[in-house]
Amino acid sequence: MAKPKIAFFDFAGCEGDQLQIANLEERLLDILGHVEVVSFREVATGHSDDYDVAFVEGSITRPEDEIRLKEIRKNAKVLVALGACAAIGGINCLKNFLAENVYREEVYGGQARWFSTYAARPLKSVVKVDAEIPGCPIDPTEFARITKELLLGRSPWIPDFPVCVECKQAGNVCRYEMGRMCLGIITRAGCKAACVSQGAHCWGCRGLVPGANLDAARIVMDRPGTSRKAIQDLLRFFLGDTGAAL
Amino acid sequence: MAKTPAKSSATTSAKPSKAKSPATPISQPEAVPGPKKVRVHYLTRVEGHGNIVVDVEADGTVSTCRWEVPEAPRFFEAMLLGRDYTDVHHIVSRICGICAIGHQLASLQATEDALNINVSEQTHLLRRLALHGENLQSHLLHIAYLVLPDLMGVDSILPLAQTHRDAVLKFIAARRVSNEFSRLICGRTTHPQRMVPGGFTMFPSTEELKSLHTMLKDTLPNLDFAVDLFATLLDRFPQFERETEYVGLVSPAEYAMYWGEIGSTKDERRPVRQYRNITREYIIPTSTAKWTRNQGESYMVGALARFNLNAEHLMPKAQAAAKKLGLKKGCTNPYYITLAQLVECVHTVEESIIQVEELLSRGIRDEAPAKPTSIAAGRGAGAVEVPRGILFHFYEYDDHGRIFQADCVIPTNQNHGNIQKDMDALVPQLSGLSEKELELRLSMLVRAYDPCISCSTHCIDARGLDTGARSLVRINRKS
Repeated sequence: MAKPKIAFFDFAGCEGDQLQIANLEERLLDILGHVEVVSFREVATGHSDDYDVAFVEGSITRPEDEIRLKEIRKNAKVLVALGACAAIGGINCLKNFLAENVYREEVYGGQARWFSTYAARPLKSVVKVDAEIPGCPIDPTEFARITKELLLGRSPWIPDFPVCVECKQAGNVCRYEMGRMCLGIITRAGCKAACVSQGAHCWGCRGLVPGANLDAARIVMDRPGTSRKAIQDLLRFFLGDTGAAL
Repeated sequence: MAKTPAKSSATTSAKPSKAKSPATPISQPEAVPGPKKVRVHYLTRVEGHGNIVVDVEADGTVSTCRWEVPEAPRFFEAMLLGRDYTDVHHIVSRICGICAIGHQLASLQATEDALNINVSEQTHLLRRLALHGENLQSHLLHIAYLVLPDLMGVDSILPLAQTHRDAVLKFIAARRVSNEFSRLICGRTTHPQRMVPGGFTMFPSTEELKSLHTMLKDTLPNLDFAVDLFATLLDRFPQFERETEYVGLVSPAEYAMYWGEIGSTKDERRPVRQYRNITREYIIPTSTAKWTRNQGESYMVGALARFNLNAEHLMPKAQAAAKKLGLKKGCTNPYYITLAQLVECVHTVEESIIQVEELLSRGIRDEAPAKPTSIAAGRGAGAVEVPRGILFHFYEYDDHGRIFQADCVIPTNQNHGNIQKDMDALVPQLSGLSEKELELRLSMLVRAYDPCISCSTHCIDARGLDTGARSLVRINRKS
């Protein structure tokens, strides 16, 4: 049997997720023994339009991006959104809360109209996405697991419970007990509560957990010592493309 | 077979050279007359999207030679507007997946400068280590994964994993150490979580520091191997010289990476706050990234600029590596940026070992991040040397500690103009080359700069600059 062909593409993003894949080091060599990489611009020269699985990183931020993405969709049997920007819009959506003329002029001044741009959006707003590997950045181990499942022909599973579950398992003190805010309560798990375990809080980079109760979350967050503005800031950090950010 | 990479490289690279133009005798090309077009759409093995467009007429004159940056703009400086000072560095971290730590450090410096936050000695030491870890990681990625395939005449590191497995595994081992290094100090390599204004939220344990110390010591032989390997590949680097201005941080005491003044080979030293007098950004239509110029028509930042400014402050082993690689202060061959990076890798590991020892002898303390004494409006600037060169962040905060205005000047932005000028100088020398050779030489040139293109396009602040005004202080009023 011929090895499955895989390709990597990127739109507006930091390419940190492809870097996570490169950072798999020796394990990457193992995975690569089972696939044929036909396009991986960040580390290899050469490109082909003949591929089975397309990993796409980054958000769609320009009309011309849509054309390129639809082309990728047409060529690929399976399209995987890689990272927060591709899966949920992520940090790029922060600009969606500013008027277009404001962000254009803030950055390009008098030449504000030279370059095309529109509201940032995740891949699923433009084409059908078959699987998501969420996170900012992605967890390399999860990438390895999901790739393996895809190669076996299964539809990959990602956790459908909130970060709090893994956070308890990690033995962390709840940020709310410490009088801080945290989005673990509404965010999809799978990161092993990476940020809380490092002394920070959850920013929601893996997107909303299915069935997240946003109303309850707002009540939990809205308490003495926190401002509504701070809650809004946190909800907009990565979740700008969801109802949570409004 | 092929277990001694330094030697076998010559034999294996000869084979693919027939099929795939790259590889060996780069200096003696066969003459191919006639009009030529080179179109590199989305240059590979660089971070982000860039195009090379070259047209050569039948008589050998170059009618077009362009370096284009069509990356999607992301508007980070606008995204920062109104954000709280505790969030800012986490947002700008997302500018770049490779230099996330550098962006966070420059951002934290600017924020702490603006809000008068004084951090402890231990915080500075840990941050220096964080910067070292990232530089090592990024440099090794560039040297081994992005540049080495060109020198060996292959398309990527993957074929080398078969033909030169030992060498590749040595590079991979060194990279794994660099990633582990960042993880121990900052939580993770990409978009780390531990660094906050005023300090750190978590610290490495004494045991972790001891294991880091051992790992770093074990990395030195691997780097020695890399230096020896590149010393045998020197003849594969194209010979091309162009005088330009070199800009980077300088300090009387050390090989400046973490802080210092802005130095230049052709200009006076300036404090960081006056960065705009150096960068003088401008916009061109074929690039979403801003270009810069100072004394000349362009300037270079990055490993070679740092080496040319500060070589005498390198650690002893790094000095020896430079000697072995034939790299001397005043080098003007942009293809040698990669060699300067390799020298810096050695320096970074040597200096990190000393800093880890210092941390261990002081004993690591679990200290809470310093808080601003009071939140008041203010401006602040930060500058650090990230892998690709000097990075500036400049913020203005309002009375509530929220961003009122932000400006980030990215190293690759500063290099774009220099890349174009290098191309202008290089292409006429290459008129006899075939299209493939021409494409390879130009691709190698751009790749040498290790451009981080998605980085470079986001952070551009042009207000007031298009009118030619170059004032440092700008008064902004809320509407």
